Amino acid sequence: MNINATLIGQIITFAIFVWFCMKFVWPHLLGAMHEREKKIADGLDAANRAERDLELAKEKAASQLRESKEKAAEIIEQANKRANQIIDEAKETARAEGERLKAAAQSEIEQEVNRAKEALRKQVSELAVTGAAKILGKSVDAAAHAELLNKLADEL
Amino acid sequence: MAGNSQEYISHHLTNLTFGKLPAGYVRHEVGHDGAVVEKELTTDTWTMAHSKAEAADMGFSAVHVDSLGWSIGLGLLIMWIFRSAAKRATTGVPTGMQNFVEMIVEFIDNTVKEAFHGRNPLVAPLSLTIFCWVFMMNFMDLIPVDVLPSIFGLFGVHYMKVVPSTDVNITLGMSLTVFAMMIFYSIKVKGIGGFAGELCLQPFKVKNPVLQAIFVPINLFLESVALIAKPISLALRLFGNMYAGEMIFILIALMFSAGAVLGLLGGVLQWAWAVFHILVITLQAFIFMMLTIVYLSMAHEDH
Repeated sequence: MNINATLIGQIITFAIFVWFCMKFVWPHLLGAMHEREKKIADGLDAANRAERDLELAKEKAASQLRESKEKAAEIIEQANKRANQIIDEAKETARAEGERLKAAAQSEIEQEVNRAKEALRKQVSELAVTGAAKILGKSVDAAAHAELLNKLADEL
Repeated sequence: MAGNSQEYISHHLTNLTFGKLPAGYVRHEVGHDGAVVEKELTTDTWTMAHSKAEAADMGFSAVHVDSLGWSIGLGLLIMWIFRSAAKRATTGVPTGMQNFVEMIVEFIDNTVKEAFHGRNPLVAPLSLTIFCWVFMMNFMDLIPVDVLPSIFGLFGVHYMKVVPSTDVNITLGMSLTVFAMMIFYSIKVKGIGGFAGELCLQPFKVKNPVLQAIFVPINLFLESVALIAKPISLALRLFGNMYAGEMIFILIALMFSAGAVLGLLGGVLQWAWAVFHILVITLQAFIFMMLTIVYLSMAHEDH
């Protein structure tokens, strides 16, 4: 238990170790640790932000989906309406065309009838002339009796 | 047996001392035949002490080679560990030793933040050095008392005290350094006047200047005692605990040479005391560090 120069040796050693620790150990270690803490905090922050972003994106996607569904329904409805319209129009056109065709056919028929009547009338007058000639025994001048013949034909 | 035991204990408590023996000093050396030969030195001689008496006669200029050597060696070991950890310190995931070192650093950092209210970049690294170094020095106590001295004995080194903190020079050296820092920061923070005022105007403080003048020497005496008691108690607390602990280890070790039953009992006791001592060495290292922080915090406080 002698007090001797060991004391001074220990003081010097202690001072050197403390200086070394202060200069080369403590700042490096604590700096790295603080930096890491910051990095982890940033990472957690970023994760939180990403989660929130994801949530937002999901919401946005859902709303867009809903919107597009609505739009699609609308388009389908419109298309249906348009189809009905087209069908109606087509029906209308077809009916009109039918009417027109019918009318045309009817007028043709009438025309034909008229023509047949005309031809018949002509033939009747001819027959009448021929008949009369046979009865009279001589030819009848058709021109001379044209008025009479026409009257006859008109009566038919 | 009694003489033998005394010799054994005394041998274990003697430092390997290197110092100067003056000319005319008579050395008592044991010759080959066992007879004591007296040898007078003709000149001043720097040498290893061959006995406790010689070590004592070397005076202040002697050095305890073992204490200082182990102390420096252990200090270098922890500084090397910390330095390599500091070099490898990245912001990535720490592993193994790195993790352990960072755990200690964080523990010290928190302790300092809680106990030290000033602003001083020295205190935290100082605390780290004290805690780890004192712990390592105390830790040497857990190595069975005869192992290292026996190994060194094989190489002709007769005395080897492996626990530096059982040497009062070592503990006092540390506490005096802390004391010097206390004085330095007291003066730096409060000024010489402030520091002197702290010593002279407390604890007795009166309004009357005449009465105060009477109280100044009393205050100075009381405060000086309190101030000087700090490093002394700091050093002696650690020294006393470790010295007592080692003493018990030595006494237990004595039982090994006293038959099978006592030897077995000694083994059990050695184990039990070692387990208990793990607590003591950690606690003492922590107390030394904590008191250093508190003393320095007090030095930084301005009244």
